[in-house]
Amino acid sequence: MQEKFVYMDHTATTPVSPEVMKAMMPYFSEVFGNPSSVYSYSKKSRAAIEKARMQVANAFNAAPAEIFFTSSGTESDNWALKGTLENLKSKGKTHLITSKIEHHAILHTAEYLHKIHGFDVTYLPVDSEGRVNPEDVRNAINDKTALVSIMFANNEVGTIQPIKKIGEICREKKVLFHTDAVQAAAQLNIDVKDLNIDMMSISGHKMYAPKGIGALYIRKGIRLENFMHGGGQESARRASTENLAGIVGLGEAMEILKTRLDDDMRRISSWRDEIISGILAKIPYAKLNGATGSERLPNNINCSFIGVEGETLLLDLDYRGISASTGSACSSASLDPSHVLLALGLKHEMAHGSLRFTLGRLTTHDHVKYLLEVLPEIVARRREMSPLWEDFLKSNA
Amino acid sequence: MALDYSQKVMDHFMNPRNVGEISNADGVGEAGNPKCGDIMKIYLKVNDETKIIEDVKFKTFGCASAIASSSMATEMIKGKTVQEAWDLTNSAVAEALDGLPPIKMHCSVLAEEAIHTALNDYRAKHGMDVIPIEHHED
Repeated sequence: MQEKFVYMDHTATTPVSPEVMKAMMPYFSEVFGNPSSVYSYSKKSRAAIEKARMQVANAFNAAPAEIFFTSSGTESDNWALKGTLENLKSKGKTHLITSKIEHHAILHTAEYLHKIHGFDVTYLPVDSEGRVNPEDVRNAINDKTALVSIMFANNEVGTIQPIKKIGEICREKKVLFHTDAVQAAAQLNIDVKDLNIDMMSISGHKMYAPKGIGALYIRKGIRLENFMHGGGQESARRASTENLAGIVGLGEAMEILKTRLDDDMRRISSWRDEIISGILAKIPYAKLNGATGSERLPNNINCSFIGVEGETLLLDLDYRGISASTGSACSSASLDPSHVLLALGLKHEMAHGSLRFTLGRLTTHDHVKYLLEVLPEIVARRREMSPLWEDFLKSNA
Repeated sequence: MALDYSQKVMDHFMNPRNVGEISNADGVGEAGNPKCGDIMKIYLKVNDETKIIEDVKFKTFGCASAIASSSMATEMIKGKTVQEAWDLTNSAVAEALDGLPPIKMHCSVLAEEAIHTALNDYRAKHGMDVIPIEHHED
């Protein structure tokens, strides 16, 4: 293996930024008091948490009392879905609407709610670029619908959903609206009030805060059952002793993110477009998956290469020092290709032959050029040994 | 999922042996399907008198373990008789690669199946009975 480290998997996770780390450090050994304790020493812990709550709230134009810290984006998603459905069940609301391209934190929770509790779930389709049609949301809502949960932007193909419109329809129909913004919150300016969002999940480690910290925005006045039961933390809505340092880190990360977001995203989206056009120009029959321009997350590139399999390409890239990701079955425990790519209408072999590159603060323009230099060779070499590529060429001859 | 391949697998994946095609092959066999994400195609050149496999080539679409299994399996049957080649099992291929992750064992099964299919093609071309082979499901 070469020593080179070209990290192009920022959607999987990000490093904790030095500033965030610095802000967190005192909260391990120096300021360690349990925020729930009565003595004055613990005041500092409480103050740190409330500062972080303010930082997160400010980032989304929410009120601090609307931010609840959790352990992860996954927990936030679980809480939003289970808590809402359990709460509204007694009112005869037993229907959940979501999409086919959600993260497994949503999909598997929805499956659980159906299987164990008998709730009905509608999985909305998406168009070939991964977009949910807001009119489909409107048509799916019935008098039993408790909640609509549509992700803000897709983690695999980067397509940004028409969130404002969906939120508007939900308001009009008096149905609650949750969005999983785990990816979007790290890259887009989000105003929960303007976008008609009732609940929103975020995760720290996608935005240069540590793993193991997340938050759920819950609009004032919305009730949902608790997910974590125990002590009275987080206004008695989310039990468990607060992850003090993690919370401080999330708050700091959000504040920093907001100050540099516009500059970062201008730069990163131009590199994204450079990579996309480079791949499409240099690699025959390469296909971009997902939407383009402002409807795509600034950091996401997802392409399919007919005739080659993704895990193979990942290992070849890894050998050249590049870390990326694939929707191929061969890299998953289930051996099923990406449910997202299949929902976009890709054939299995195209889903198997997909690669995702996600840019971020570790990316440099040299990385962009290096990727465009090595990827075409790698794809060509593996295609040469592929019977599928041979068949494809024959059928296109 | 983290990929923990043996050095042998990585070696055969990075530098696969016997890649290519044989024009006028005596036997050609294919196994797998694109839906599952792997296809192997094996070409055999067999000496008519000695029944020895004098040359073998492969083309594979699939993950690292599929490519490594093809490479190793072709190495293992090269210079062997058609009967010896028929007797090569998937577990022998996996063992020669110092093991495959459990979820990737089907790649070695695919190699066995592609060789059997190629040998049957050879048998059919030489007026011998085709031996039924079990096709693996995924």
